[in-house]
Amino acid sequence: MSALVLIINGEERRIDVPPDENLLSVLRNELKLTGTKYGCGEGQCGACTVLIDGKPVRSCTTAVSGVIGKKITTIEGLAQNGRLHPVQEAFLRQEAFQCGYCTPGMILSAVGLLSENADPSEADIIRYMNMNICRCGSYARIVTAVRSAAQAMRKGVRS
Amino acid sequence: MNNRKDDQLAPEIVQHDVEALHAFHVDRRDFMKLFGGGLVVCLCTNEALSQESRRRNTQDLPDDIASWLHIDEDGRVTVYTGKVELGQNIRTSLALQVAEELQVPIEAITMVMADTALVPWDAGTFGSRTTPTMAPQLRKAAVAARETLLAMAAQRWSVQPAVLAVASGKVTNPRTQDAISYGELTRGQKMVKVIGENDLTPAAQWKVAGKSIPKVNGTDFVTGKHLYPSDIERPGLLHGKVLRPTGINAKLESLDTRDAEKIPGVKIVRDGDIVGVVAPQPWTAERAIEALHARWDVPQQPANKDLFEYLRKNADAGDEDKAAASAVEKALASADTKLQQTYTVQYIAHVPLEPRAAVAEWNGDQLTVWTGSQRPFSIREELLGAFHISPDKVRVIIPDTGSAYGGKHTGDAAVEAARLAKAAGKPVRLVWTREEEFTWAYVRPAGVIDVRSGATKDGKIMAWDFHNYNSGPAAISTPYTVAHQNIQFHRSRSPLRQGSYRALAATANAFARESHMDEFAHALGIDPLQFRLKNLDDPRLRAVFEAAAEKFGWGKQKPTPLRGFGIAGAIEKGGRVATCAEIEIDPATRAVRIRRVVEAFDCGAIVNPDGVRNQIAGAVVQAIGGALFEAVRFENGRILNADLSTYRVPRFSDMPEIEVVVLDLKDKPSAGAGETPILGLAPAVANAIFSATGLRLRALPLVPDGLPKATQKTS
Repeated sequence: MSALVLIINGEERRIDVPPDENLLSVLRNELKLTGTKYGCGEGQCGACTVLIDGKPVRSCTTAVSGVIGKKITTIEGLAQNGRLHPVQEAFLRQEAFQCGYCTPGMILSAVGLLSENADPSEADIIRYMNMNICRCGSYARIVTAVRSAAQAMRKGVRS
Repeated sequence: MNNRKDDQLAPEIVQHDVEALHAFHVDRRDFMKLFGGGLVVCLCTNEALSQESRRRNTQDLPDDIASWLHIDEDGRVTVYTGKVELGQNIRTSLALQVAEELQVPIEAITMVMADTALVPWDAGTFGSRTTPTMAPQLRKAAVAARETLLAMAAQRWSVQPAVLAVASGKVTNPRTQDAISYGELTRGQKMVKVIGENDLTPAAQWKVAGKSIPKVNGTDFVTGKHLYPSDIERPGLLHGKVLRPTGINAKLESLDTRDAEKIPGVKIVRDGDIVGVVAPQPWTAERAIEALHARWDVPQQPANKDLFEYLRKNADAGDEDKAAASAVEKALASADTKLQQTYTVQYIAHVPLEPRAAVAEWNGDQLTVWTGSQRPFSIREELLGAFHISPDKVRVIIPDTGSAYGGKHTGDAAVEAARLAKAAGKPVRLVWTREEEFTWAYVRPAGVIDVRSGATKDGKIMAWDFHNYNSGPAAISTPYTVAHQNIQFHRSRSPLRQGSYRALAATANAFARESHMDEFAHALGIDPLQFRLKNLDDPRLRAVFEAAAEKFGWGKQKPTPLRGFGIAGAIEKGGRVATCAEIEIDPATRAVRIRRVVEAFDCGAIVNPDGVRNQIAGAVVQAIGGALFEAVRFENGRILNADLSTYRVPRFSDMPEIEVVVLDLKDKPSAGAGETPILGLAPAVANAIFSATGLRLRALPLVPDGLPKATQKTS
C-alpha cells in the first residue's frame, strides 16, 4: 500500500488504502464520510452516488485509483458556508423522503442532472434518476423537488 | 441460525399482537438521578395505579409503566418511547401529539426512542400500533403533566386551576395576565408523578396536531449528518464479516483457515455455529472471508416450481369449525351462481435500502449494541439468550433506521456483531451485503388461497369458503356481509425463512378476495363497484370506495384491449382503503404499465396529513413490485436472484400518477397508516388487466415477464 491523495469536498485527503479499493468503502470507513450510503455494491441503487468533477458516479463500483486528482463531492460537501444547496432545500421543503437513506444519492444525482439540464421535464428526471432506488416510494415528491430546485436555481442565476 | 424460522417467527406470522407490558424495575430516587430536576410523569394502567396506592414501599415505581416524559427546568420536554423511527415519520407525529396536549412548540420536544437503557419496555414497532397505542399513551402522560403544571401555578397564585390556561409552554391567568413558563414552575422540583388513564383532547379541538408539519430532524437527512445504524463509529472499531454457507440449511463439513490466518491484522472467530473474521479495515475482512476454504453439505430442497404443491402438502388442517363448514356447503348447494378459484402469492423480499447492520461494544461484561431493528427489546432478549447475561448488562440502541417494512424484527446482525466483538476484545461493525440480505434475512410468506363462493341471482353473496395455506391470517375475514362463511388459515412448512412484511398476509388475502369478488361481478354481469356495494354494510369502507370511484371517474371510460380499469378495497388494522387503477399494455412488448392510481384511505382522525399522504403514496409504489414483478427465485437452498440487477424493485419509471384521497374522521380514533394503504393495488391492477384483456391472472406477481400472449376474452 502506498499513500494516495484524493480531493474531497475541496480538501486534499491523504489515505493509505489499496488502490483497487472502492471509493465508497474508503469514504465511509477511512474518511468517516458516512453520508454516502451502501445499498447494493453493484451500481444498481444509487445510494452511494457522489460527484466526480461534477458528474454523478456510483462510488461502490469506482476504484480509488481512478479518481486521483479529480474533484470528489459528497453530500457533506454540498452545502456552502452553512447554506444548503437549492436541491437540498427543495428535498427538505417537499419532504421528498421517508427513511432518508436514499436521499444523499438522490440529491447528488439531481445536482448532476441540473448541471447538464437547467430545466428538465418530468420525463427527463425519470430517465436520469431511474438508477436511484427509493424503497419508501417517495418518487413523485422527488420529481417535484428536482423541478422546484431547477426553478429556484434558474431564478438564482438571473437575479 | 437457519433452522429457527418456525418457532421464532411464528407469532409474527400468525398475528401482530402487542404483548402485555413487561416488568421494568426502577426506584423513584434512581429515576430522578437519571433526569436531574424537574417534573417526570409516568403513565401506567389504572389497575397498576390502584395497586400502587396500596404499595408499602412507595419508593418503587409500578412494574408496568408504558411511557414517560420529563419537563426540565428550562421547559424542555423529553419524551421516552420504545418505538423506532424507520421512515414512517413517528418521531415527528408523536412529538406533534405531545405538543398538542402540552401546548408547547414542537421544537421544545426531544424524542428519546428505542434505547433499552432509557425507555420503557415495548413489544416493537409493527402492526400499525404506534398511532393507535403509543400516541394515546404519550398524550395521556402529557395531559397529566399539563394538569400538574396548572395545579402548581394555581397554588402559586392562590387561584383555582380551572381559571388558568396553557399556551406556548406557559401557564397563564387570562384575568390577571399573569404568565409563568413550565421551566420556571418545575425549577427546584424533583417530582415523579405516576398516573393512570385520563381524558385526551378530542381531535376536533386539536390546535397543533392535525396539521402538516415538516419532519422534526429533516435537515439531518438532506445533509448526510444523520447517523444510521451502519454509520455508528466507535474508538478502535474493527470490521467484521461472517462466513455464509453456500446454501440454506447447509452443514459445515470442513473448514481450512490457514490462508486467512496469514493475512496481517485478521482474527478468525469460531463461536457456536458462527464462523467469522474481524480486521481493521472492511476490505481486509472481505479478503479474509474469501480466503476461508469451507465445504458445505447443502441438502436437496424445493424450488419455486414445487412451492405451492409443497405448501399444500405440508399444511395443517386448521381449526376446523365443522358447523360453519357444513352450513357453507349447504348454502353453496342452494346458490344460483357458484365460483371456485385458487390464487397464489410468491415469496418477496423487503429490500430495505439499508441492509442489516450492527455495531457491538463490550466494556467488561457490559454489552452495548447499535443496530437497525423494529424491536429493540426483543433484540435485547436475543442477546441475553446468546450470552447468558442479565438484562442490566445489555443495552440496545436503535438509531433512526434506513427502513424495514417488517423485515427487521430479528437480531441476526446484532448477535453476530456481539460475538465477533467479544472474541476480538474491541468494538466491531458488521454490515450485511445486499446478497446476504436477500439470502439470510427472511421473506414475506408465499401462499396458496382457495376460494369457493355462491350468490343469489340478484348478486347477494350467501356462501364464502376461504382457505389460506401458509401466507397468514391477517385480514383473512371478509369485510362483506355474507350469511355463511368458513374462513381458515392453514399453517405449513416454508422452504424459506419467512416472517413479517408490511401488512403481513393482508395483501395476499385482499388479492384473493378482491380478485374473486371481481370474477363474481363479471360472472353475474354486475359492475364490480356496484357488486361490492351491494354486499357491503360497513359505512366507512363504502365511503372510501365511493370516494376513490368518484375521484377516478369509475365507469366513465370503456376499457379497450390495451387499457383497463380495476377497483379493490379492504379493511385492516382500523383503516379502510379503496384503490382504483388504470393499466396500459404496450402492444409491442406486452409489458403492463400502471398509468394512474386513485387511493382513498380512512384512518380515523388524521394526526399529520402530509405524513399520511407520504405513507399512502409510498405504500402504493412499494405495492407495485409485489403486484407486477417481484418474486424470490430459489432452488435447492439457493436464492437465484439475490441482487438488484435480477430482483427488480419499483423505480421512477414504474411510477403511476398517484392521487390520494384522505378521509379525516375526527370522531374516530387515529389508526396507523403505514400498512393498510398497500392492500388495494395488487387486486385493483389484476382486475384492470382483466377488464382490458379478459385474462384473469390469479398469481402474484402478475406479469413478471410481461403479459402472456393468449389474451382472448374469456367472459
